[in-house]
Amino acid sequence: MTDEAALVSPEPGVEEHYPSEWQYIKVALLLFVITMGEVGIYYVTGARQAVTTLMLAMMAVKFSLVALYFMHLRFDSKLFRRLFVTGLILAIAVYIIALTSLHVFSR
Amino acid sequence: MVVTAATTEEHPAHPEEGLSHPVTSTGLSNEKIAMWAFLGSECLLFGALISTYLLYRGRSVAGPLPSDVYDIPYTSVSSFVLLMSSLTMVMALAAMQRHDQRRMRVWLLTTALLGSVFVGGQAYEFTSFYRSGLSLHQNLFGSSFFVLTGFHGAHVTIGILMLLSLAAISWKGRLADSRVETVELIGLYWHFVDVVWIVIFTVVYLIPGVK
Repeated sequence: MTDEAALVSPEPGVEEHYPSEWQYIKVALLLFVITMGEVGIYYVTGARQAVTTLMLAMMAVKFSLVALYFMHLRFDSKLFRRLFVTGLILAIAVYIIALTSLHVFSR
Repeated sequence: MVVTAATTEEHPAHPEEGLSHPVTSTGLSNEKIAMWAFLGSECLLFGALISTYLLYRGRSVAGPLPSDVYDIPYTSVSSFVLLMSSLTMVMALAAMQRHDQRRMRVWLLTTALLGSVFVGGQAYEFTSFYRSGLSLHQNLFGSSFFVLTGFHGAHVTIGILMLLSLAAISWKGRLADSRVETVELIGLYWHFVDVVWIVIFTVVYLIPGVK
């Protein structure tokens, strides 16, 4: 019983460290501003490469904000982060390799 | 012996005390681990669908093409609605953590409403595209676009059903205040459909139209 219980090591205070409601609102405002920025630069002409890169960067920031703050990956156990990031990296790697081999990016 | 002392300190009489889930060998909730593993696998599913869209992009021999049918201001508003539904979802979780189930239900229903607005907007968009001549069988763009966004819409719809079910269970008084994790798990699923849309909005709608 003791040994079984000894394996239990909840990360103390994990839930207490979740963001406050005001912090959630600030993150949402930031997401709103970035989205408006994305739509704004969509109409910029003559700098396709730069705009595309900027859009991908903004997308990555939005994705990270939701995952880290709304999904609590920043505050929860590292195991959850690893599970999600493993799936994400695997997906990105597999499909970039597949698309590259099919010459999608060089068209 | 040291281990015994530490265990006694952390879990004096009832090991479950202070935890929102049963005691497990990892110290973490099995349900939450399963949800994260599921979401990790969902990355591969949506990765495949987005890759297929990218693979077929620019290979349609007949119209209509994305530039003929996309309405970026309209889709931007839809995206904004879905983003804000993630905010209302975390507000529902915060209310549940305070054991304020009445407010949690309000936030859950708001989230479901925003999700419904998004799905309704998608249905309108699909109808509008269809009237412009774009169907699942029309060209490679139509096939890959409808399958990708249709799968995402189906995920959002499932999320709405889960939110409504949770609100109904709470309304009937069958949701114990200690079941914070149930709200959190449904929230994780909901945020995931949101992050997938963040990628779809940029990669499928915005980037191809950059001049």
